[in-house]
Amino acid sequence: MTFFLRRIAFYAVTLWAAVSLNFLIPRLLPGDPVSIMLARLQRNGTISPAMERSVRVLLGSSGDTSMFQDYLDYWGRLFRGDLGVSVTRFPTPVADLIGGALPWTVGLIGVSTVIAFVIGIGLGAWAGWKRGTWVDAIIPSTTLLQSLPYFWLALLFVFLFAVSWGIFPIIGGYDVFNFNGPELSWAFVGSVIRHATLPGLTIVVSSVGGWLLGMRNMMVATLSEDYVTTAEAKGLRPRRVFMTYATRNAVIPSLTGFGVSLGFVVSGSLIMERVFSYPGLGKLMIDAVGNNDYSLMQGTFLIITLAVLAALFIMDLVQGLIDPRTRHHG
Amino acid sequence: MAKGALRQLLPSRSGKLTTGLVIVIGITLFAIIAPFFTQNPRSSQNPAMLPPGADHLLGTTSLGYDVFAQLAEGARSSLLVGVTAGAIAIVLSIIFGIVAGYVGGWTDAGLRLVTNIMLVIPAIPLQIVVASYLQKRSLVLVAVILGVLGWAGGAVVLRSMALSLRTRDYVSAAKVAGEKTWRIILVEIMPNLLPLLAAQFLFAVILAILNEAGLSYLGLGPNNSITWGTILNDAQGGSALTRGAWWWFVPPGVLIALFGCGMSLINFAIDEIINPKLRSAPQAAKRVRKAGGDVVVNAEQEPEKVNA
Repeated sequence: MTFFLRRIAFYAVTLWAAVSLNFLIPRLLPGDPVSIMLARLQRNGTISPAMERSVRVLLGSSGDTSMFQDYLDYWGRLFRGDLGVSVTRFPTPVADLIGGALPWTVGLIGVSTVIAFVIGIGLGAWAGWKRGTWVDAIIPSTTLLQSLPYFWLALLFVFLFAVSWGIFPIIGGYDVFNFNGPELSWAFVGSVIRHATLPGLTIVVSSVGGWLLGMRNMMVATLSEDYVTTAEAKGLRPRRVFMTYATRNAVIPSLTGFGVSLGFVVSGSLIMERVFSYPGLGKLMIDAVGNNDYSLMQGTFLIITLAVLAALFIMDLVQGLIDPRTRHHG
Repeated sequence: MAKGALRQLLPSRSGKLTTGLVIVIGITLFAIIAPFFTQNPRSSQNPAMLPPGADHLLGTTSLGYDVFAQLAEGARSSLLVGVTAGAIAIVLSIIFGIVAGYVGGWTDAGLRLVTNIMLVIPAIPLQIVVASYLQKRSLVLVAVILGVLGWAGGAVVLRSMALSLRTRDYVSAAKVAGEKTWRIILVEIMPNLLPLLAAQFLFAVILAILNEAGLSYLGLGPNNSITWGTILNDAQGGSALTRGAWWWFVPPGVLIALFGCGMSLINFAIDEIINPKLRSAPQAAKRVRKAGGDVVVNAEQEPEKVNA
């Protein structure tokens, strides 16, 4: 049980650090987000004292309250789900905008990552099994896939599949001409899948190489272990040695590496969303940056970080359940 | 260090290493030499949207800039940012990785916590936020942002190696002989981590170049500079995609991918020094197959024969 307690403690500390970082960044870095935001809010009408206080707590106070008091107030607002008001889409609260964008990004990255993981682990296990054959010669070429910037690959796909051949739509998360908004119908689901194909393909192609390489190297190392030799010497079927002895043990480090990889995938996909104008968190954040909408930008950053932390936390718990060694030594 | 030992630390000559070195050195030379021979990358005197031809090797942009000239200038800035950020990242990785792993105790616990927090906070969103507050961004400032926020992965790898080195006899001997901690780290531990440090440095450079391209594509890169990322940003703004100007947005991405691929190939060669199993196991498997001849090959294809 101490394993789980330790992990919970670590994530609690990380959560605290991430939130505090989000609180400190606008205060420590140069620039004056508060006056910019207040000036822009003024254009939309008069600012109530409550709204001004909200901007000051989120982005930096000037004078009348201490920073520590702001910090406490900041936490209080977070617990109530209050992330301020967006100026670009005044008067929509930041939390509502994020709530609308979150499912798109989580769905896209979640599904694509699982597909990339399964393909990468499968091919990697096979490549490791075939070590010392012609397969070794093509392994280095996977590094080319890993070095592709996500957004550039996306540009290439849009140019080929959407502009030149017209197979897939260029932009958006669904067909905005046929649907007024998300609805529950097969036609809508079909439209979403059609629009998600190119972004998903981008994520799978750019991230599959990493899984493949890691798995292949781990597989090569595992296959030279004594217990694999013993299993072969016992005359077990190669299929059984492959699945039960080698792959099962070799896949564990890939699960551990999931956390670090997820950070890369999220980072890459957020920029990629601009190429497709995909209605997710990345586009929301990039639009916010372009419009100096600091509350929206800080809010999106916070939610992205929290979402990644939540995913990692779940992965950690799953790994603790699958692999008893992490529970004892982790 | 003896000559033989040094040779052991150097990567063995292989196809991967040669290909990697040729790509990396080729692109580096391109970045250094080409800008002297191309026209001014900021000159918009040319006709707009020309496809590649004799006058303009890679055509021109919608504003009449020569793409080849921009590419050469971009190579210079992109590599400069990459190497600077990589250097900053590797120094921080050493502090947070090797020092933590060697010193241990509370120092280790503290540094490790910072490392793990930096590791799980996704890098690009953080870099976007920080860059958006810094309105005036020079090349060096962007490199600093990328380096300071991109060292955590390397630190984790270095720490685990440092942990395994600190209990070695020669380190204990140096400690007993009264050597200072910083001297033990620099003289006894670091040389043994040299291949790993080199690998982490190359990795940090690739990552910085990729992230710089991402930031610049979003318009958050260095101001008034041309990098591979800003070319892509311009291409997006000039609707290169819908106008079919592939010569505008394809080359920068190809160069980024090739450079990253070259660096990774060098890393492959280094990896085989650090982890001899990667080198010996495939060779062993090949030997077994050759020695076994047809029997083993058949057995791999038809599992039943093994049991027979």
